[in-house]
Amino acid sequence: MLTILFDGVAYGMLLFVLASGLSVTLGLMNFINLAHGAFAMVGGYVTALLMERLGAPFLVTLPAAFLVPAILGIVLERTLYRRLYGASPLDQVLFTIGLVLMAMPIADYWLGAEARQVHLPDWLSGSLSLYGVGISRYRLFIVGVCGAIAAALQIFLVRTRFGAQLRAAVDDARVANGLGIDVDRIFAITFAVGSGLAGLGGALAADVVGGVDPSFPLKFLVAMLIVVTIGGSNGILGALFGALLLGVLDVAGKYYIPSIGAFIIYGVMVATLIVRPQGLFSRGDGR
Amino acid sequence: MTARTSTLCVALAALLAASPALADDNSVTIGMILPMTGPSASTGKQEKAGAELYLQQHGDTVAGKTIVLAVKDDTGAADVTKRLAQDLVANDHAAALMGFGLTPLALAAAPIATEAKVPEIVTAAATASITEKSPFIVRTSFTLPQASAPMAQWALNNGVKKVVTIVTDYGPGVDAEKWFGETFEKGGGTIVERIRAPLKNPDFAPFLQRVADDKPDAVFVFVPSGFGSVFMKQFVERGLDKAGVKLIGTGDVTDDDQLADIGDAALGAVTAHHYSAAHDSPENKAFVAAFEKANAGMRPNFMAVAAYDGMDLVYRALEKTKGDASGPALLAAMKGMSWTSPRGPVSIDPETRDIVQNIYVRKVEKTDGALYNVEFATIPDVKDPYKAGKH
Repeated sequence: MLTILFDGVAYGMLLFVLASGLSVTLGLMNFINLAHGAFAMVGGYVTALLMERLGAPFLVTLPAAFLVPAILGIVLERTLYRRLYGASPLDQVLFTIGLVLMAMPIADYWLGAEARQVHLPDWLSGSLSLYGVGISRYRLFIVGVCGAIAAALQIFLVRTRFGAQLRAAVDDARVANGLGIDVDRIFAITFAVGSGLAGLGGALAADVVGGVDPSFPLKFLVAMLIVVTIGGSNGILGALFGALLLGVLDVAGKYYIPSIGAFIIYGVMVATLIVRPQGLFSRGDGR
Repeated sequence: MTARTSTLCVALAALLAASPALADDNSVTIGMILPMTGPSASTGKQEKAGAELYLQQHGDTVAGKTIVLAVKDDTGAADVTKRLAQDLVANDHAAALMGFGLTPLALAAAPIATEAKVPEIVTAAATASITEKSPFIVRTSFTLPQASAPMAQWALNNGVKKVVTIVTDYGPGVDAEKWFGETFEKGGGTIVERIRAPLKNPDFAPFLQRVADDKPDAVFVFVPSGFGSVFMKQFVERGLDKAGVKLIGTGDVTDDDQLADIGDAALGAVTAHHYSAAHDSPENKAFVAAFEKANAGMRPNFMAVAAYDGMDLVYRALEKTKGDASGPALLAAMKGMSWTSPRGPVSIDPETRDIVQNIYVRKVEKTDGALYNVEFATIPDVKDPYKAGKH
């Protein structure tokens, strides 16, 4: 029972890191970035390839799995994404899904269709027993890393000057600009951090889902969108609770009623959309 | 006409016919439809390499005919398979269709094989009922009941009494679950639970936790080739190996192609299958050595050997018909054909057109520093039990 709860929390934490970037761009910048999963794929590939080709240790590859997609994020934001801020949601959806459809064959062409494996070091594999509860070491690691990221993000957004500037820029970009806030720069950095987090999430998720392959961007897209839907799209805490709820329900559902377990999360999403379309943890009304 | 002008005419004709030259009277085209891209691309890669190795070893001439192998990529999508099959039959006049990485792909081509009277040689897809969808389907891979039923028999004979089955929820998985379960229960064993995992969700953690709580003697698993790695890792991560739960299954989970990637987590897994790269026979040693040499060290798996045998079957059939490449003649020649494959003695059951072969029980062991499925028991001449029960 506790093992199931723990597994659910670990899965939820993983979803949170994957989806947090999406929640930031969607919630704070009002931009629908369906290509978010592609950045997760890049992060996964960075870790898998660094380990495979250069024999780098797992922990060392994680910062790279953050940085490479983040830099890619900045480049794409400066060249492509920024043209679509303020465009209609349909344009944004079509544009970003187009990016996904391009990213997948590119990965296939360069790296092949087979899944690249991430081999965990010995100290992260296997399980340990805490008060009789079997806990997988790697999942414990995920909970730790993702928990730290969630806390850091929340503090960053609420307590720092940059966080305040970001919120100001989102609320009214024009006035913020007039007050001397460099809105362009803030959006670019935010976008890069979101992409980097997706990459880190992809790297962490690779082992759990059996490696990184070109279909990775779509593997988590639905789950990420559900997290944002359930959690509400304005803020880190909403996404965190949404992800945890989803993770626990998904794992518990599959454990207790395996025959329909896979559908439970969709049921929850539909119920949420009917009862609270703005998201369970959203303040105020839906936009 | 002088000798000179006639030479010119021939040269001109040859030039004009440069591309359709393949379709002259003396050539026989084998249309091979495989997923070369997309999630099942590893199947396509192995199959193509297997078929090409056969061509390379045996030359492209048999019974006075020149064999042309046309490999097409269906990306794993059934509608593409169907279109390619149509194209190969109508435009390239293919004498046989071969390949078919997944069950729906093999089924998509079945009506075309029937209508065009062209043999469809299934070298991958393993749902038992496929061969019933067209009288022109012949199979050189295996069927899941063929591997699952002997696995159950072995488990019964080796003190396994309680089993949980985990299969991926689609055609072959349901086949494996049904035939393992029925055979096992008929022999006095108990299936504690039958779990079907969705095809799209590759996190097995909750299902494996159920296994851990059920405390069976063994867990029987079928997952498509490619998902073996994540399953094995999570099996060990959950400490099931230390809890004394045996891992048994069909050979898909310890696919030769993936075994190195799975790593030591696979050690000790017992599976029943028709082919292992470690099969101890002179034919197989030669096959594996040639395959690895031609493909930069890639180890052949059961897909490669099935494609190799598919080509072998076409060659043998053409020899028997003395070069008559018409569909019904080839089909008649294929029925009842028997030969020695790298996997051991095989034959095509004349009634069901499915392959009859030895099923081996194997255990993953480390030999010479690499992981292999080492065979330790043989169940000879296994027919597909699903169709054998009907006839």
